[in-house]
Amino acid sequence: MIALLIRDLRLSVRAGGGFGLGLAFFLIVTILVPFGVGPEAEILGRIAPGILWVGALLACLLSLDRIFQLDFEDGSLDLLATAPVPMEGAVAMKAVAHWLVTGLPLTLAAPLFGGLMSMEAPGHWWMFLTLLLGTPALSMIGAFGAALTVGLKRGGLLLSLLVLPLYVPTLIFGAEAAARGTAGLDASTPLLMVAGITAGSVALLPFAAAAALRINLR
Amino acid sequence: MEDVRTKQAKDGWNWLWAWANPVKFMALSGKALPWVVGLTVVTLAVGLVWGFFFTPEAINFGSSVKIIYVHVPSAMMAINIWVMMLVASLIWLIRRHHVSALAAKAAALVGVVMTVIALITGAIWGEPMWGTYWAWDPRLTSFLVLFLFYLGYMALWAAIENPDTAADLTSVLAIVGSVFALLSRYAVNFWNQGLHQGASLSLDKEENVADVYWQPLVICLAGFVLLFIALLLVRTRTEVRKRRIHALEMRERMADA
Repeated sequence: MIALLIRDLRLSVRAGGGFGLGLAFFLIVTILVPFGVGPEAEILGRIAPGILWVGALLACLLSLDRIFQLDFEDGSLDLLATAPVPMEGAVAMKAVAHWLVTGLPLTLAAPLFGGLMSMEAPGHWWMFLTLLLGTPALSMIGAFGAALTVGLKRGGLLLSLLVLPLYVPTLIFGAEAAARGTAGLDASTPLLMVAGITAGSVALLPFAAAAALRINLR
Repeated sequence: MEDVRTKQAKDGWNWLWAWANPVKFMALSGKALPWVVGLTVVTLAVGLVWGFFFTPEAINFGSSVKIIYVHVPSAMMAINIWVMMLVASLIWLIRRHHVSALAAKAAALVGVVMTVIALITGAIWGEPMWGTYWAWDPRLTSFLVLFLFYLGYMALWAAIENPDTAADLTSVLAIVGSVFALLSRYAVNFWNQGLHQGASLSLDKEENVADVYWQPLVICLAGFVLLFIALLLVRTRTEVRKRRIHALEMRERMADA
């Protein structure tokens, strides 16, 4: 499983696109919003947690179809299915790899981008914390969606239609926690909910995703 | 094999599983359909006419209160149809009855139409009552999310060519989607305070609507349930026939080759 993780990481870094693309997309969204909304620091600061969360979510969505698609096309997914590693473990590792190359960079970059959105000082810390807790769920849910649509020729658009409704609870609690934290209110309830969603997704969704993959490989 | 047979014979649910055999399903549903349709027409006619013409106008509401006879039943069905699809999906995954998968597929369109009806009638009702067609009220928002879930489910059915694969994958989606739909409901509740009143049809009668409105409403609810069953039967029969045509075409092609 560790070997699989290292292989996936190496592929996504060397094949180009995966590593930097999500981050660049996130940056562009963060830059475009002030152009649309206007440069008033007060408004930007207030909407910053929500914008950053939505931007991170969309950036995550960009690279989802790559989780299984390439492996499905060149047949290595069939090899994985017959390998001694259980399918659930392989799926979980793929999600971890996806998180390491998209979720983690987004989390690390969010405090910086928060500066662009004129966030107040404790806000950076809250963005980092909520994204750190929330993005693993985004990767795992996305891996499930990617497993559902892996056999399809034009699965990209369908993938977003399937995955975005599933992202709703994570987004609500994550953005709410960030917004409350930034405003200096008590954010423990939404923060715990985000953590709960992540823990639940990581624990249960590998089974659903592996089931979907087995159906697709049948 | 013996054991399985006897176990099936003792199964108290045999009346239900008889519907799982496509041939028996077509025969049974063909017989039941005219009755269900007739009952639907009668109940809906009684409920709606009673509700629209023979109930007083409510204080503060005016005649707009009568939207309740369409709004509440369609909203209730929108949720219950998703539950029915979840149960049918589970039956398909566990017992591999094709009719069950087809019924789930057939129910989705009815469900999405019910969701849209609930949203539109709600908007029409909201304008005079709350002064706005749309607000990010928890119930409105969760119905919008439910609408998205229906769309995704139907899009997945439409995208996959192999019918068994499609049935399997949509069933998995229905199960995972149910969990997240429930989560969204609570997330949305947490996220914004609502304009809606509390439960007004609960059985403990704490803050129920007055009996004058309640009686025709119950008839309308029954009418919508029957309407769903009638539509479900029609659409499932269509799906079974489509599957048969497909099988015949395949056989034809095999014979030619």
